[in-house]
Amino acid sequence: MSVNKGDLTLRSLSLFYIGMLIILPILAITSEAFKGGLQNLWANIVSTQALYSFRLTLIAAFIIVLINIFTGTATAWVLVRYRFPLKDLMDALIDLPFAIPTVVTGIMLVTLYGPMSAAGGFLERRGIEIMFAKPGIILALLFVTFPFIVRSVQPVLLEMEPDMEEAAKTLGATPFTTFRRVVLPTLAPSILTGAALSFSRALGEFGSIAIVAGNIPMKTQVASVYIYGEIESCNNQGALGLSVVLLFFSFAVLTFMNILQARSRRYER
Amino acid sequence: MKDNDVCIRPIRKQSHFIEYTLTFSVIIWFIILVMAPVYGILREVIRNGAGIFIDSISSPAAIHSFKLTFWITVTAIFINTIFGVMLALVFVKQDFRGKIFLEGLVDLPFAVSPVVAGFMFIMLFGPNGWLGSWFGSYNIKIIYALPGMVIATLFVTLPFVAREVMPVLAEYGIEQEEAAYILGASKWQTFWKVTLPSIKWGLVYGITLTFARSIGEFGAVLVVSGSIINKTQTATLHIHQQFTDFNYAGAFTASLILAVLSFSILIIMKCVYKRKEKGYRWA
Repeated sequence: MSVNKGDLTLRSLSLFYIGMLIILPILAITSEAFKGGLQNLWANIVSTQALYSFRLTLIAAFIIVLINIFTGTATAWVLVRYRFPLKDLMDALIDLPFAIPTVVTGIMLVTLYGPMSAAGGFLERRGIEIMFAKPGIILALLFVTFPFIVRSVQPVLLEMEPDMEEAAKTLGATPFTTFRRVVLPTLAPSILTGAALSFSRALGEFGSIAIVAGNIPMKTQVASVYIYGEIESCNNQGALGLSVVLLFFSFAVLTFMNILQARSRRYER
Repeated sequence: MKDNDVCIRPIRKQSHFIEYTLTFSVIIWFIILVMAPVYGILREVIRNGAGIFIDSISSPAAIHSFKLTFWITVTAIFINTIFGVMLALVFVKQDFRGKIFLEGLVDLPFAVSPVVAGFMFIMLFGPNGWLGSWFGSYNIKIIYALPGMVIATLFVTLPFVAREVMPVLAEYGIEQEEAAYILGASKWQTFWKVTLPSIKWGLVYGITLTFARSIGEFGAVLVVSGSIINKTQTATLHIHQQFTDFNYAGAFTASLILAVLSFSILIIMKCVYKRKEKGYRWA
């Protein structure tokens, strides 16, 4: 391919844009993180408070991914395979959590489960805390990540031909066996893609959790809120440790998804 | 279900038990998880009444924050539409070393925590950052000021237009452009008259996504802005501020307005989505 002047200009401008907005900021934060030495960085990552917040984030992310795998796949299945009243409306509203700003999500959950609301008051009298406690974190994360698996599984289900399932059924397989042996293997890559997206979103989520969970160290402080707190108190060194860890996870999830995509493309051929 | 005469083993009798239980559970889950919070905020704002609603939205801080969100959104859409189309053109039509790596980097803003994103820009453009100290010597403030907030919004919305236009562009091929070129059209003419109309709906969809994300962005903008009232406070930061100041009525009102705005964007998107075939739905 010969390169002409116009193409070269476009390419340089694109490189400049990605360089300024993505590459340079990443280089800046990593070089700043490693400037104080590896030992210093490690100490910041494993400091009691940082480690607690990161562990809480990881556990919460795993819980919501597990729940989403079931609810997301079931939702996609029901939307594609069954008919019921107001189905189209529900299908359209699945994307609502993506459209609504995360801070607004947090506020909405507070109006519903906060101590002053009916549901929140009822639960609180029974000793169940939701707001400013861990269940609130899970609820917020479930809300913001709900569409990921639904939206990655749905198109695959739509394109799936029913002949394999019918064959299994004629051969006497139970619905459960058909699902496990025929449907699930076809859906698995798209479920995994949605799960990876949910996971990465859960690790980084900030707005809704900042509202819902408060900022109670060693209780409801997740990684992103911890980082924000450290930046606010001008302790950049403390913030750098977990930032680098989260960045590493972002790269890992992206790589995982690229591998997944490459593999599913190979099967298509 | 179809009857099949040649079948030797009996087809299991189709029972509706699984269908009904599954449908019922999914609807209940959806109502509790997604619809109930929407009801919650509606109820709260209605209970507060029209007086408080009008007072909250007409406070100078609220008006200023919504104006600021509007201008940042317009700027982000303008810049990322131009660069998004450019990135898509370069990635689809050109081949060069390191292209796959760069293409992967375009997705990074989807995966990075907004707080970390904001922090990256503090490290780069802050007073002691590589570029910040250079800008500082010319007395240009980026962090804790408007330019930083625009940059943070540009970062989080960078993938949308590029990612929506790329599949459309790849699908479309180059035959028509070559035809236009052979007929004597200049590159510029070819772009305006042939390429742009073909990517139109992908582009509109990408812009809608950019719009939705820009008005809703919180973490990245909060970190770089310093959240100074009447100065660097966008609508989402205003909501956060009102909430932490225990001014719940103000927070609820502003939240409802943003929710209605995003809901309208969602409806526009559903209409646009029907017009285009290729591309991602969301993220």
